[in-house]
Order: sequence, then structure tokens, then C-alpha cells
Amino acid sequence: MHAFNYQHPKSVADAAAALSKGGDAKLLAGGQSLVAAMKLRLAAPTDLIDLSGIKELAGIKVEGAGITIGAMTRHAEVARSEEVRAKIPALAGLAGGIGDRMVRNMGTLGGSLAHNDPVADYPAAVLGLNATVNTNKRKIAADDFFKGMFETALQTGEIIVSVSFPVPKRAAYIKFRNPASRYAIVGVLAAETGSGVRVAVTGAASSVFRVAAMEKALAAKWSPDAVAGISVPSAGLNSDMHASAEYRAHLVTVMARRAVEAAK
Amino acid sequence: MKISMSVNGKPVSAEVETRTLLVTYIRDNLRLTGTHVGCDTGQCGACTIHMNGQAVKSCNILALQAEGADILTIEGLAKADGTLHPMQEAFREHHGLQCGFCTPGMVMSAVDLVNKHPNPSEETIRAELDGNLCRCTGYHNIVKAVKAASAKM
Ligand SMILES: Cc1cc2nc3c(=O)[nH]c(=O)nc-3n(C[C@H](O)[C@H](O)[C@H](O)COP(=O)(O)OP(=O)(O)OC[C@H]3O[C@@H](n4cnc5c(N)ncnc54)[C@H](O)[C@@H]3O)c2cc1C
Ligand code: FES
Ligand code: FES
Repeated sequence: MHAFNYQHPKSVADAAAALSKGGDAKLLAGGQSLVAAMKLRLAAPTDLIDLSGIKELAGIKVEGAGITIGAMTRHAEVARSEEVRAKIPALAGLAGGIGDRMVRNMGTLGGSLAHNDPVADYPAAVLGLNATVNTNKRKIAADDFFKGMFETALQTGEIIVSVSFPVPKRAAYIKFRNPASRYAIVGVLAAETGSGVRVAVTGAASSVFRVAAMEKALAAKWSPDAVAGISVPSAGLNSDMHASAEYRAHLVTVMARRAVEAAK
Repeated sequence: MKISMSVNGKPVSAEVETRTLLVTYIRDNLRLTGTHVGCDTGQCGACTIHMNGQAVKSCNILALQAEGADILTIEGLAKADGTLHPMQEAFREHHGLQCGFCTPGMVMSAVDLVNKHPNPSEETIRAELDGNLCRCTGYHNIVKAVKAASAKM
């Protein structure tokens, strides 16, 4: 790992100021992706700005018809939160299935979203539940947030503060996980939300995406059979030693059917 | 930079480079070599310790991230008079180790598991231990040991 300067600000404003000082400064959340990347010298920031001491980034709040979760909330906290389990069990279940217990004790919602790993789980929840990403500068709708592999709408100096999840009428997330890494080979979140039916797929392509044909079929009739005959084209899907593009395309339909079944 | 934390109940502090990993600080500075490094990439769980009561992989955390924290390593689990923790005793009793390389991490992870899931089912134990890899035992006796320890913790 290359050497760097370390800062531990106490407020979002101080973190933003430190971030804008020039150099290649980076935010540090749980470090489960960033520290690993720095060890491999895939990332070599000049400055690390640790967000763990900022109180306004922590915590889970029920607000009106939704739940707002602070960016620094660990996966394990979301998984065991009474509020999340009662109102959006699909989200608690998804968080509880990320990595392993040690990763869940460190990894955060904000870190996972900013990283936007193509095989990460949270992007499916944010897109599928039509959540809003709140930053220190603006509110970003889920449909506008994920831009491509490891790419988001976040600009330089922008910090995720929290994410607001509207409570869906029903939702479920089913993932076919890579048994070694535990990331999603394919994960599908199917939801009936206040703003319509949404089907979000992670793991299959370079970034999370929605399947319009499945959403239309489910809006007409919420039943596993409605999506059983709908498949996504395999062209452009991820292909690696774990699963070919064709197999991933097949898994999208199977995971979608199971998610609809589970969200009955 | 200067760091201070509590390790196995004792306050410690040192001047370290910012890039020092927590596991390096524990093993090289404090000479607590019970915490092992298996993969160094966050996969195997051999380096598992408790930070403020939560099991974490110390190879994937900077020492600076543990500033002010309460750290518990495998060396801090037994009583001062040498009496083993029920989890350690159960691993011995049920032959939950062979070469022993994964064992410190396995035990630390298992203690956190039982703290959060008292009386876990076999299924819960297997699912919750999947961040800890063992190349020797085939896991069967580890699961037995965790089950037995959970009745005594
Ligand atoms: C063994 C292992 C298994 C894993 N398995 C899974 C899995 O099954 N599913 C899954 O989804 N993930 C998995 N992960 C990844 C894990 O969920 C990470 O925690 C997550 O991807 C990154 O979160 P973090 O808090 O650790 O972020 P960090 O690693 O600290 O940061 C990641 C990136 O986000 C940026 N960032 C952090 N916080 C903010 C913020 N508030 N605003 C703007 N930018 C920010 C950082 O600058 C950095 O670029 C796994 C990780 C490991 C080590
Ligand atoms: S050495 Fe830390 S997870 Fe393998
Ligand atoms: S006992 Fe040898 S690796 Fe587990």
C-alpha cells in the first residue's frame, strides 16, 4: 500500500472541505472495498478522509412512508434493524446476505453504492425500491444514480449522506450467489411500489438494470408465471469462469420468478 | 500518526505509519501472533478479531480505523488463570481443529455468532461461519463445537 495522509473529520462540511483540497483525496467508509484495493495498489489516494466519526451519517429513521438510512450504516445494522425488518423485510434480508458476518460488521450502505460494483447487492435494492440517494449537494433518483461499471452520478466532492427507501406494497430479493466470493452471480429485486412495479437485476451486466417487459407483465398480473416466459438477451451480459452470459440470462428469469413468488 | 486503543483490556498506543493494517499492528507491534494472516485479501477469516464487540477481519482494516476502539484478540479470550473460554474448550473437546491455522479466527467469529444468535441451529452456524475457511477439518466438528459451546456461553 502506498503512503497517504489520513483525516478524521467530525462533520460532512469538514469532509467536503478536505475532499476539495486537491490531490487525489478519497473518502473511507468501512474500507471493505477501498482498503482491499489500496493493498493491491489498484487505488492509491494521497489523502484518506475517514467518515466514521461523522454522527450525521449514521442511523436509521422511519420518516412518513419510508425509511431513511445513513450512509455510514453498516450492513449488519440494516439486517437486524427492527424497523427495516418490519417495513421492508426484503431490504433487511438483502443486507443480511452481503458477504459474510465480518464484512457486514464493517461495510456500509454509502460505500457500497458509491463503489457500484456490478455484482454488489445494494444497487438492486436502491433501483428496485425506487429509493433516493441524498448527498451533501442534492437528491438523486435511483434511475439517475447508477451510470455503469463502478460509475455513478456522484461528482467530485460529492458525499452520500443517506438513502431514502419508500416502503413498497411487496418486495423480495433473491440472489444466486457466488459460493466463494458471496457476491451476486445474478440477483433480482422485484417490487410493487407506490410508483409502479419494478424489477432490478444486479450481477448480470456491467451495472444494475431494470427489465421493462417483466415490470409490464407483473403490473398486469403479479404472479411468478407472468415472468416465467420473459428472458433478457444474453448479448452484453457478464461472462466469466463462474457463469457464461447465456447462463446469467437464464438466471435472471429464474431469480425473477422466485422473487415474485417470495413477495406474494 | 499516533494511535491509541484498548487491546484485551489493556490500553496501548504507538506511533504508526498511516498505511499500517490493524493485523500488522496487532502481530508486529504488539507481538500478539495468535491472530493469523491466511489470505491477506479479506477472504479467509483467519485474522478475525473483535472491534467494539463486532467480529471483523483485521487484514482489511487500517490500524487508524481502530482508534479509540476496544479490541479483543484470541489471546484475550481465556481467563487470566488460564481457564479456556467455553468456545475454546469446545473446539478442543470436539476436535474442531487439525493444523490450527484457521482456529483463532474461527473461534473469534464463533463467539460473535453465539453472542448474536444464542442457541443457533446447525443451519445458522454453517451460514454464519461462511467467512471463515478451514482447509483441514471439513467443518463438521467445528459446527459441533460451536453448538456445544453455545449451550455453555
Ligand atoms: C470478502 C468480501 C465479500 C463481499 N461480499 C459482498 C457481497 O456479497 N455483496 C456486496 O454487495 N458486497 C460485498 N462486499 C463488498 C462490501 O459490501 C463493501 O463493504 C462495500 O462494497 C463497500 O463499502 P465500504 O463501506 O466498505 O466502502 P469503502 O471500501 O470504504 O469505500 C468504497 C468506495 O466508496 C466511496 N465512498 C464511501 N462512502 C462514501 C460516501 N458516503 N459518499 C461518497 N463516496 C463514498 C469510497 O471513496 C470508495 O471509493 C464484499 C467485500 C468483501 C471484502
Ligand atoms: S487474512 Fe484476513 S481474511 Fe484472510
Ligand atoms: S484446522 Fe487447518 S485450516 Fe482449519
